[in-house]
Amino acid sequence: MPLETPVAAPAAAPVVTRTAARERAARNRKFTVYGARAGVLVAFLGLWELSARSGVIDPFNFSQPSRIWAQIWQWITHGTAQGSLGEQIGYTLYEALTGWVIGVTCGVLLGIALGRIRFLADVFGPYIKVLNAIPRIVLAPIFLIWFGLGPASKVASAVVLVFFPVFFNAFQGAREVDRNLIANARILGADNRKLTLQVVIPAATTWIFTSLHVSFGFALIGAIVGEYIGATKGLGLLVAAAQGTFNAAGVYAAMTILAVVALFTEGLLTFAEKRLFRWKPADSGDGR
Amino acid sequence: MSGLTTTAPAIELTGATKRFRTPSGTLHTAVRDLDLTVAPGEFVAVVGPTGCGKSTTLTLVSGLEEPTEGEVKVHGEHVEGINSQVGFVFQQDAVFPWRTVLSNVMAGPRFRGVPVAEARERARDWLSRVGLAAFEDRYPHQLSGGMRKRVALAQTFVNDPKILLMDEPFSALDVQTRALMSDQLLELWAGTGSSVVFVTHDLDEAIALADRVVVMTAGPATVKQIFTVDLPRPRTVEAVRLEPRFVELYREIWASLGEEVRITRERGAGNAA
Ligand SMILES: Nc1ncnc2c1ncn2[C@@H]1O[C@H](COP(=O)(O)OP(=O)(O)OP(=O)(O)O)[C@@H](O)[C@H]1O
Ligand SMILES: [Mg+2]
Repeated sequence: MPLETPVAAPAAAPVVTRTAARERAARNRKFTVYGARAGVLVAFLGLWELSARSGVIDPFNFSQPSRIWAQIWQWITHGTAQGSLGEQIGYTLYEALTGWVIGVTCGVLLGIALGRIRFLADVFGPYIKVLNAIPRIVLAPIFLIWFGLGPASKVASAVVLVFFPVFFNAFQGAREVDRNLIANARILGADNRKLTLQVVIPAATTWIFTSLHVSFGFALIGAIVGEYIGATKGLGLLVAAAQGTFNAAGVYAAMTILAVVALFTEGLLTFAEKRLFRWKPADSGDGR
Repeated sequence: MSGLTTTAPAIELTGATKRFRTPSGTLHTAVRDLDLTVAPGEFVAVVGPTGCGKSTTLTLVSGLEEPTEGEVKVHGEHVEGINSQVGFVFQQDAVFPWRTVLSNVMAGPRFRGVPVAEARERARDWLSRVGLAAFEDRYPHQLSGGMRKRVALAQTFVNDPKILLMDEPFSALDVQTRALMSDQLLELWAGTGSSVVFVTHDLDEAIALADRVVVMTAGPATVKQIFTVDLPRPRTVEAVRLEPRFVELYREIWASLGEEVRITRERGAGNAA
């Protein structure tokens, strides 16, 4: 120990400063990136506002940031024509979330089942491919006829949009589990049930989670489109109503609120993913 | 019943042949007409050129694969599916990446219905024996290759297998750790009386560990020659290496194996051309 210290000391000092310097550089870079991002936003909004005021673009069609903000503020303070803003957001989120949960549950269960049981895959494979080939957004009017103006028709649209990507990813994930892991688990004494629950499903979670991110966006689309076509509440109805009264600011305002809601839920998912994938090397999970 | 199990060989392969269907649709013979008997408590090392079919032979004994022709018996009984008496240390990494080290070692007992507390105790015991007690909370990606291999060893040993199949278990370890692990393996094995089939490319290791060394032919594998290692036990790897008989055996086995390695290499060169 006394032998080591004098050797380590001169070497350690520059290492520490270098680490500190690198950290500082990384922090500076981060600030620059955030600053530039904010700059882009400000420039974009400013340009939009200026061109609308000076008459370069027609504010009636393209609206302008100040009007959009005024619209959002009015909704927040005075509520919308069909009730408070919170209620509209709540409706849309409720529909999207319900549709998403149902779609994900069915997709994961069926995907794993078909991925594990060859017979089922052979029987149902072609049908699923055919269903997947239908552009599913056109089903929204049909669901409206079937389930009426209430939330059920929107939930149904969300479910069909969510189901397929989740299903295919779960199926692929269950298929592509490392053969060595399966062999090892069987040797160690896992029966079929334990193999599925404790090896196949954890191994497939990476695949499934990739699809969860995308599919929550799909659930929102399903709910919004459903509301847009016909509803009594929700953000989609807000868009439709604003459009009906040629209120461009209303359309943009509803879109802005949607984007914020989508970003927020995306953030929640990323957080859950980080918790769930602690066993993975950090760099690959951080990508997005 | 007990009379039968003591007299029957631990492992008996008779005329075992394994063919795989290749992607192009042709049949590839990995193992051909293989006869091999392993007595209870015996340590057999298997050496052979790369790709000759050693791993395939082990999968036949484990029950992971069925032979295309011939018979495989374990303790006098036909192998049908996985035998709970068999432990298998795989050539490739096969620890579960989403489980911690401790949880990985607990997996076997838990799969077999051992209560959590007991499984944890047994797993901790084995982790300390392979020198990983301080790493029980790590995930496999946070370990070195050699440490992961030791997790795999603990994971296998914790099940107390009567038949131990080891496919190049120490090839990822550094020389010192390898010698240490070899000695430890001998110690463990002496206590259990289990039969071991140990595949390796390292002749030193094969001779130091085994009662018999089986030399395989170039693929498709069949037994070429069997050498009995008449060195006294207990052995330690470093000491036994220096004995004249060891050197003599090494030379004999090397000559026998070298021929097959050459055939394999010439074949590979021929295919590439
Ligand atoms: N599942 C499989 N399908 C098709 N061919 C296979 C399969 N498994 C093994 N083989 C082939 O069988 C032959 C023997 O493979 P095996 O893994 O048993 O070799 P090995 O002796 O263990 O080689 P090494 O020493 O390099 O580990 C190889 O030619 C390999 O390509
Ligand atoms: Mg092999």
